[in-house]
Amino acid sequence: MRYDVTLPWWAYTLMGVGGLCFVVLVILSIRRNHGIKRSLFASPYTLWMILFTVLPCILIGYYAFTDTDGNFTFANFRHFWDSNAEMKEIVGEEFASSIPRGTVNVDTLVYSLWMAFLCTAISLVLGYPAALFMADRDMKLGASLVILFVVPMWMNFLLRTIAWMSLLEDNGLINQLLVAVGLPRAQLMYNSPAVLLGMIYNYMPFMVFPIYTSLSKQDISLSEAAADLGCSSFQTLTRVTIPLSLPGVISGITMVFMPSVTTFFIPRVLGGGNTMMFGDLIESKFLTEGNWNGGSALSLLMMLLILISLSILRKADPNGEGSGRI
Amino acid sequence: MKKIFSLLLVCCMLPVFALADEVVNVFNWEDYIDESVLQEFTVETGIRVNYMRFTTNEDMIVQVETNPGGFDVVFPSDYMVERMLAKGLLAEINYDHIPNAKYILENLRNPDYDPDGAHSIPYMWGTVGILYNKTMVDPADVNTWGVLWNEKYRGTVFMLDSIRDTFGVTLKYLGYSVNSREYPLLKEVADKLVEQKTSGMVKAYQVDETKDKMVAGEGALALMWSGDAQYAIDLNDDLDYVVPKEGSNVWVDPMVILKDARNLENAEKFIDFLCRPEVAQKNCEEIRYSSPNSGAIELMGEEYTSNSVLNPSQETLANCEFFIDIPEKELKVYNALWTEVKNAK
Repeated sequence: MRYDVTLPWWAYTLMGVGGLCFVVLVILSIRRNHGIKRSLFASPYTLWMILFTVLPCILIGYYAFTDTDGNFTFANFRHFWDSNAEMKEIVGEEFASSIPRGTVNVDTLVYSLWMAFLCTAISLVLGYPAALFMADRDMKLGASLVILFVVPMWMNFLLRTIAWMSLLEDNGLINQLLVAVGLPRAQLMYNSPAVLLGMIYNYMPFMVFPIYTSLSKQDISLSEAAADLGCSSFQTLTRVTIPLSLPGVISGITMVFMPSVTTFFIPRVLGGGNTMMFGDLIESKFLTEGNWNGGSALSLLMMLLILISLSILRKADPNGEGSGRI
Repeated sequence: MKKIFSLLLVCCMLPVFALADEVVNVFNWEDYIDESVLQEFTVETGIRVNYMRFTTNEDMIVQVETNPGGFDVVFPSDYMVERMLAKGLLAEINYDHIPNAKYILENLRNPDYDPDGAHSIPYMWGTVGILYNKTMVDPADVNTWGVLWNEKYRGTVFMLDSIRDTFGVTLKYLGYSVNSREYPLLKEVADKLVEQKTSGMVKAYQVDETKDKMVAGEGALALMWSGDAQYAIDLNDDLDYVVPKEGSNVWVDPMVILKDARNLENAEKFIDFLCRPEVAQKNCEEIRYSSPNSGAIELMGEEYTSNSVLNPSQETLANCEFFIDIPEKELKVYNALWTEVKNAK
C-alpha cells in the first residue's frame, strides 16, 4: 500500500518514450561508426541538468527578486540585512522606533562560516595523516583503512547522525562509561561542539579521499630521488610529498567547506535546535514561515558565496588536478 | 541497465493502477492513525486508500494549495481549518451521507473555527501541557508554567519547536490570551523566551523526538501535546502530565473534505468509517489522543474516563482556549520574534 504512486497517463507515456530513447542511445554509443555526433549521447544528462538544476536556479532568482504578488523588489535582501524590517512596517510608528536592527540572518551566516572553517581545518589536520597512511604502499593496513572509511558511507548520513545521539546523550554510551569509572556525567549533546563533531564525522571522507587519490598517484621514484639527494624523511615529506599533493588538498577543502556551510539537520539533531545554521534558517523560511521569497533570497546569497569561494580555489588549482575520484 | 530495469518495474505496476479505480486520497499527520484501519476500510468497501502524511499544518497547506485535486480528505488543526475556510478550500459536509457523525460529542459540534461544524468533523482533540519526570521534579512545582523558568531545573527542559504552542503557553503564563496579537505583549513573550534560553534552562527545541527522550529519562520537563504525553507515560511510569493552573491551549484536529476533491463519495464513506465507534476506539487507543466520539468513549469505559490526561476535568478545560488563526500580517511578527528567540545566544 505504501509503494503505489498514481501518476497521470502522460507521465507513463513520457517514461516509456524516455526509456526507448535511452535504449537507442546506449546501443548507438556501444556501436561505433554510425556517423552520429558523440555529444548527442550527453543529451539525456543535459536535459536532466536543465530540468533539475538550471530551471530551479532561475526560479530561485525569480522568487528572490519578487514579493508575494510577483512584483520586482529588493526587499528580500533588505530583510536579510535587517530581519526586523518587515516587523517594523507592520507594528507601526508607535513601536517601530524601539525595535533595533535584526541581526539574525547576518549572525547566522557568520556563525555558519566559522563552523565550516573549523570543520574544514580539523578535517584537514586529522585527514591528511590518514590519507598519507592509506597511500603508503608499504603498509598492509592502508587498504583496510580505505575500506573502513568507505563502509560507513554505505549508510545514509541521517541515520549515522541519529546514531551519534545514542552515544552522546545523558544516558548514552559515553556517559554510562564515564559513570562506570566514577567520573561525573558530561553534557555532550545539544551544543555547538556536538554539531561540529557531527559535521566533521560526516564530511571527513570528502577530505581524505581526494588527498588519498593525489598521494597514491604520486610517482614513488620522486621521493626516492629526494632521499638519494640527501633529504631526511621529514624533508621529503615537506618539500616533495606535500607540495605535490596540494591539488588534492584544495579539492578536499572545497568538498568539505561547501557542504559544511550549507549544513542543516545536523544542528537540529545534535544541537537540539539551540544553534541554527544558515541551512536551517533557509529551511525554516520555506517550511515554517512559508516565505518562499525570503528563503530564495537567502539561498541566492548562499550560492553566490559558494561561487566566490569556488573561483578562489579554482585559481589555486587551475587544472583541476586534485579532483578526487574513488 | 538500472533505468531499463526500473522502467520494466513500472510497466509491471501499470495493471495495478488500472484495476483499483476506486480510491480516496487521504492526507493525515504522521503517526496519527492505526494503520490496520485503512486495510479494513479497503476490504469492506473496495476503495483503495492512498494515504499520505505531513508533519506540520504549515507544510500541509502548501502541499494542498500546490496540488489541487490531489487530496480528498485532510486532517488540519482547528486554526488551520479557519485559514482554509477563508481561502475557500473546503467543501461543505453533507451530514446525510455521514450518519456516524451522530456520535460526535455535543460540545464539539459548534466550534468557533467552523460554526455548526459545516465543513469539518472532529477526529481527535487534546491539550498542551507539561510532561515531567516525577523522580526529577517536585510535583508541587509543576502546577504553573513558571516551572519552565525555574532555576532548579536548569538545562533539563525540552521546548516545542512550534511557534503557536510555545508563544501560546508563555502568553498564558504572563496572564494573556493564547490568541494575543498586540506587539508589546508578543515582545514581552519573546523576551521571556529569550531569557529562558540564554539562562540555559532549555535543553533542546524539538517536536517528535522529545517523547522518546523523555521516556529515556533525558530530560525532567517537556512542553508537550497530551497524546504524545500519554504515549510516553505508557512506556515510563515515572512520567506524568499536567495542564498548569494558568490554563493552556485546547485543540481539535478535525477531518475536512476539500472543495476540489475528485472522490467526494469515497471521502464521505471514509470519514463515516472513521466515525464508527469501534474504529474511533481503535485509533484512539493507538495514538493516545482524546476522542470526540461518544460511542468510542462508551466502549473504552472506565479506563478512558478515569484518565486525566485523555479526559481532563471541566475545571482544567475552563482555563483553556482554542487557537484562533492569526492573520498573515501579524503572523510575520510572530515569525520574526520566534527567529530571534531561536537564535538568542
